[in-house]
Amino acid sequence: MSRRPKGPQAALKTGGYHLVAGGISVLWLLPILLVVVTSLRTFDDVAANGVGSLPHSFTLGNFAQAWIDGGEFQAMVNSLVVTIPAVIITLALGAISAFALSRYDLPFRRTVLLVMLAGNLLPPQILLVPVSKMAEMLGIYDTLGALIGVQIGFGLGFYTFVLYGFMRAIPSEIQQAAVIDGATPLQIFWRIILPLTRPALASLSALAFTWVFNDLLWSITVIRTDTKMPITSALLGLQGQYVSQWNVIAAGSVIAAIPTVAVFLRFQRHFVAGLALGAVK
Amino acid sequence: MTATLTAPAVAPPSAAGPRRRRRTLSPTLLAFVLVPLLVETLWVFWPALQGVYLSFTSWDGVSPAVMVGFGNYAELFSDPTFGRAFLDTVLWLVLFGGLSALGGLGMALLLLKDRRGVGFYRAALFTPVVFSLVATALIWQAIYQPDGLVNTILGALGLDSWQHSWLSDANTALYAVIVPALWRQIGYIMVLYLAGLKGIDPTLYEAATVDGASRWQQFTKITLPQLSSVNSVVLSVIIIDSLRSFDVVWALTRGGPYHSSELLSTYMYSTAFQSLRLGYASALAVVIFVLAFGVILTYLVRAFRDADA
Repeated sequence: MSRRPKGPQAALKTGGYHLVAGGISVLWLLPILLVVVTSLRTFDDVAANGVGSLPHSFTLGNFAQAWIDGGEFQAMVNSLVVTIPAVIITLALGAISAFALSRYDLPFRRTVLLVMLAGNLLPPQILLVPVSKMAEMLGIYDTLGALIGVQIGFGLGFYTFVLYGFMRAIPSEIQQAAVIDGATPLQIFWRIILPLTRPALASLSALAFTWVFNDLLWSITVIRTDTKMPITSALLGLQGQYVSQWNVIAAGSVIAAIPTVAVFLRFQRHFVAGLALGAVK
Repeated sequence: MTATLTAPAVAPPSAAGPRRRRRTLSPTLLAFVLVPLLVETLWVFWPALQGVYLSFTSWDGVSPAVMVGFGNYAELFSDPTFGRAFLDTVLWLVLFGGLSALGGLGMALLLLKDRRGVGFYRAALFTPVVFSLVATALIWQAIYQPDGLVNTILGALGLDSWQHSWLSDANTALYAVIVPALWRQIGYIMVLYLAGLKGIDPTLYEAATVDGASRWQQFTKITLPQLSSVNSVVLSVIIIDSLRSFDVVWALTRGGPYHSSELLSTYMYSTAFQSLRLGYASALAVVIFVLAFGVILTYLVRAFRDADA
């Protein structure tokens, strides 16, 4: 496909393109570079030369400090304890409801689908006070269980909607054959529809992992105790604990970003497809 | 459809027609719909109704809630912080929303064609999307420090007089918070537009080129009209995201200094969980809901239309 640029004019145009696109990319990556560099500098260096200066030192100690003294280890464990079950359960619930609603002519199925989607579109603010009070009443306030619960409930509508669109597109002949063979809905779901939905599930898992892992609002609403905080709210704690020790805060930010960056790099294609899947439907 | 009596009929979208059929509803399917619906009812629908109810009360969360009718809503009108937060939210919507849409579309157009380096450029713009807004905020907080990168660069350019405490000056705080939010949002919007642009039939452009249409004419007469459905998605995403924006503001300024970067979302949160005025905070939340309502409705109407497409 790639044609060699012919004249000097074409070469100039190509050069200009890369200058603009490359310039913007560098500008975009600069803050990331900066935080990585800052996380590797010593406090004395940052204090003496400023956060914006070139590095004059190198240390890995900030990571240890954020990880152990800053409580990020515990916070990371908490985040994963919340995120992994929340993603699995939400997608499981989303998949079964999308299956029933898309593959069977149930009464009010479109209404149910849209009501579920509408729940996900609500501004979370309207739920904050009642959810925190409800968690208190249920005796699960300030537990990771409450956070898992609200993440599942609030995300469900979106995943159901996306999976509905995906399952709807599967030809009905496959299923009809199975029905004639006497397969139950459960068998049809597990053996036929679910395997065909795998690409959408992969995309949504990558997306859901990032969303739940990166959430701040729900975690500061239902969790109070420092040792139960997931990584995002722990990072805010770090910001208060290490005021103007930018080397430690930077290390903490890098640590907090590693899991989602890893998921993104590992599932890049699914991830980007997932974003488009949700929106361009 | 008559072949199976017990198994529910598979829904062939067109052939079946809307005629009602007698059949026994499989308990499995009933559970498949009801269990998720119950979970969402418990965590979303029921709390949402309670939220509306609480907006008509005065409540500190400890003593019993007192009904005050529309008292909270009346108070909104005389609350200067609410006015400020409302205007800031509108400004946020226009600047954050408008610039992320323009930036996202611009970058998608620039990075649409597959050529050398494009993969890297796209990845560079997209990378911030995977960071949490809190991590994003902390990165930018360091950049905005008096001895941070922005001021260092200004100093190096001889623009010392422009140096500034960006986040602690009431005149610049809101704009300083919008920049990191944009940094993270533009890559996301770009992905949406890239998907939309790739869906445009290339023969349209070929025909236009044959007819002698200029680049600009092709953009206004083909690209923009073809993008209309993506545009409406982007519009919904932008409005919903703007009204939800909280993390980045909370992490950078907590809405300060002097409420200068206060959004309705941050004001609602601090009213609820710091001032413990749960009724008034619920009224603020209802205002946010009302603002979002139009968008939610149009989004749902489109979803309803597409649901059986």
